[in-house]
Amino acid sequence: MITAALSGGFIDAPVQSARAFRAILEAMARPGTIHPVDGAAAPEPLSVAASVALLTLADGTTPVHLAGGANSALVRDWIAFHIGAPLVAAEAADFAVGTWQDLQPVTRFRIGQPDYPDRSATLIVEVDRLVNHGPALTGPGIALATWLSLPETEAFHANRALFPLGFDCLFTCANRLAGLPRSTKVEKL
Amino acid sequence: MTDQAYNFAYLDEQTKRMIRRAILKGIAVPGYQVPFASREMPMPYGWGTGGVQVTSACLVPEDRLKVIDQGADDTTNAVSIRKFFQRTAGVAVTEATAEATVIQTRHRIPETPLHEGQILVYQVPIPEPLRFLEPRETETRKMHELEEYGLMHVKLYEDIARHGTIATSYAYPVKVEGRYVMDPSPIPKFDNPKLGQNPAIQLFGAGREQRIYALPPFTEVVSLDFDDHPFEPSKAPHDCDLCGARDSYLDEVITDDRGGRMFVCSDTDFCAGRQADGHRGRLSAVEAVQ
Amino acid sequence: MYVAVKGGERAIDNAHAWLAEERRGDCSVPELSVAQIREQMKLAVNRVMAEGSLYDPDLAALAIKQARGDLIEAVFLMRAYRTTLPRLAGSVAIETGSMAVVRRISATYKDLPGGQILGPTFDYTHRLLDFALAAEGDVPAAPTAPATPGPVPHVTGFLNREGLIEDTQRCDTTPPDLTREPMELPTVRPLRLQALTRGDEGFVLGLAYSTQRGYGRTHAFVGELRIGWVGVEVEIPELGFAVEIAEIELTECETVNQFKGSKTEPPQFTRGYGLVFGQSERKAISMSLVDRALRWRELGEDNSGAPAQDEEFVLMHCDNIQATGFLEHIKLPHYVDFQSELELVRRLRSEAIVLTEAAE
Repeated sequence: MITAALSGGFIDAPVQSARAFRAILEAMARPGTIHPVDGAAAPEPLSVAASVALLTLADGTTPVHLAGGANSALVRDWIAFHIGAPLVAAEAADFAVGTWQDLQPVTRFRIGQPDYPDRSATLIVEVDRLVNHGPALTGPGIALATWLSLPETEAFHANRALFPLGFDCLFTCANRLAGLPRSTKVEKL
Repeated sequence: MTDQAYNFAYLDEQTKRMIRRAILKGIAVPGYQVPFASREMPMPYGWGTGGVQVTSACLVPEDRLKVIDQGADDTTNAVSIRKFFQRTAGVAVTEATAEATVIQTRHRIPETPLHEGQILVYQVPIPEPLRFLEPRETETRKMHELEEYGLMHVKLYEDIARHGTIATSYAYPVKVEGRYVMDPSPIPKFDNPKLGQNPAIQLFGAGREQRIYALPPFTEVVSLDFDDHPFEPSKAPHDCDLCGARDSYLDEVITDDRGGRMFVCSDTDFCAGRQADGHRGRLSAVEAVQ
Repeated sequence: MYVAVKGGERAIDNAHAWLAEERRGDCSVPELSVAQIREQMKLAVNRVMAEGSLYDPDLAALAIKQARGDLIEAVFLMRAYRTTLPRLAGSVAIETGSMAVVRRISATYKDLPGGQILGPTFDYTHRLLDFALAAEGDVPAAPTAPATPGPVPHVTGFLNREGLIEDTQRCDTTPPDLTREPMELPTVRPLRLQALTRGDEGFVLGLAYSTQRGYGRTHAFVGELRIGWVGVEVEIPELGFAVEIAEIELTECETVNQFKGSKTEPPQFTRGYGLVFGQSERKAISMSLVDRALRWRELGEDNSGAPAQDEEFVLMHCDNIQATGFLEHIKLPHYVDFQSELELVRRLRSEAIVLTEAAE
């Protein structure tokens, strides 16, 4: 158990987190594009991509919410050792990790304030499948339209309606990730 | 060679994480200015500390960095910033717009169209487009919240009433995705049309004012105007005297004290590339004779 | 043939070499040591530590040497270095009540427990150039007396016991950190005090002076000004108690401000507070006046529109590193913007001339 908590971090953090951030930046800036990442592995059930995203973006100043299965003792220990983020309820989180089902209801998450829309949560959504097939995405970052295997459309539709408020999502699957900022319009195919 | 005394790309990891989070929120809300805890950099505020922090947070060892000031790679501050990243991040540098993966700029957007995979980082002195109409941050924040941009339109309209035209020639305000009015940094309005639908990621860093904002690729960016006074990008009505370009932004150079002047591309890489391709301008012939 | 200006890199290197030579000055004059600056330019060192937000006299002296005596440049060097330092721990709040005072004066009481101690002050020197100093002789030793042991209680404490001065609540919550979080306005007093203590001495002095002349008058008396050494303690979790890690020199000023009461507060004396690294009493007094002026809202006073009452104005402009950077950046090339303005002015002029000629 102790080994699991101590391992799985970046070996060369400045360079590995830089590469990971570039992948996350491209993912968020071009919703629907899928990017491989590597270098981190939190204990089960977190994917490599979710581990990388947490290590790259979260730290002692960013409260994290572990939803459902992600809230295991092993994951908590790993976060305590590598990230030092306070673990909090959904309503107080800067970052939340879990399956789409475990993150429900997503209306719990912070959507920012009208004068500070940036004070909103980023959901790291673990998915079994991440392919460019599914609901249609349009909006900033997308030349014409693209498609992404989202777990549903209604919640993202509702989130877009809050713009400029809303939460932002990273979808993680094994060692790949894709982004869906609040600005993206999601339509059922 | 990287300077081992400092972390990769100078900033410590916690600072980079904080900046990276701000960049991502900026991407998620295009045109909105995200506050960030700007650090004191080893160069003065006003000399690109915001751009440097954003670049530092974005760089990977594989990058090829281009730094320009006024469109030129060899202006002193561009040289100084480029050297800083060569030393602290050990990245390759280039003057060729097309080959660069990250471009830090002050006051220009390169003439050569950008492509996917590139990041353009702007140095921003005053990020708030409403600042000179309302100096208080507490007020302008409210105006953005309520989408109350009437003051800006009044200002532009007063220009038209007084001068018959909008008398703003640089840092010309734009509206992003129909929501936030944004300052594109002090680029000439000639460059404004390149802001929208650009395939590159555009990031804006204001160090002293502690703000980061962003335009994802292919974002709708509209220069503010009126139906009867549409926005017009403008440049000196000349061709480049060195490469003959008719469609690039020009610097005016005084050549003697009898009113002699010439016009040359402000984008030095663009101009050199055209000359290498055999294009010639009004004064190139002189060179051939000499 | 026109050749564009090139060679920026070589010009920069040469400028730096020249700068180094100028910094050294005439080589027939012995070079200043950092220790000499630290010991003999102490007030400059103090100012650089205060505005650089870093207590390290040796580094401040080095910065002054490197900056050729330009104190704002030296502050800049300290700030840029400070940002790169890891934060190992946060100290316990210092206790100025147990300060080992070298100077302590009150303008409100003739005598008081702990006594009035003039200390090393310029106050009553006649400002006559001392040509003897030019001769660089030794100074005779100053007379000494044994230190009076025991605490030196704060003057405001005496007033507080009588209920004549506003009470201050002890608060152990960690204040926001100006250097780690973006400024959010309106803000809170701890953050304002942070900004003022590292703010430019000249700017804070000017604002304080303006309150004395009626721009947000606060009727200040120097209740107490004390300078001395205070221990800095850090809690060591493994030990379960705090350990003293250093002693630092501080100047603390508490003003006692006449206050006739407002809609929300009864008549009583109110407080302004200044705390600055080193012996920096002009700064500490200025800071306490500006602090008091900025407190108009919490005390239910009117905002008279004075600059010193305007939190956003004060906080956004008191930092000399921000100010000097932005001010000096206008010497960087701006020819792209200038070119666009040239074209605009030419066009507006030609249109205006056409209109005038048409009218004639």
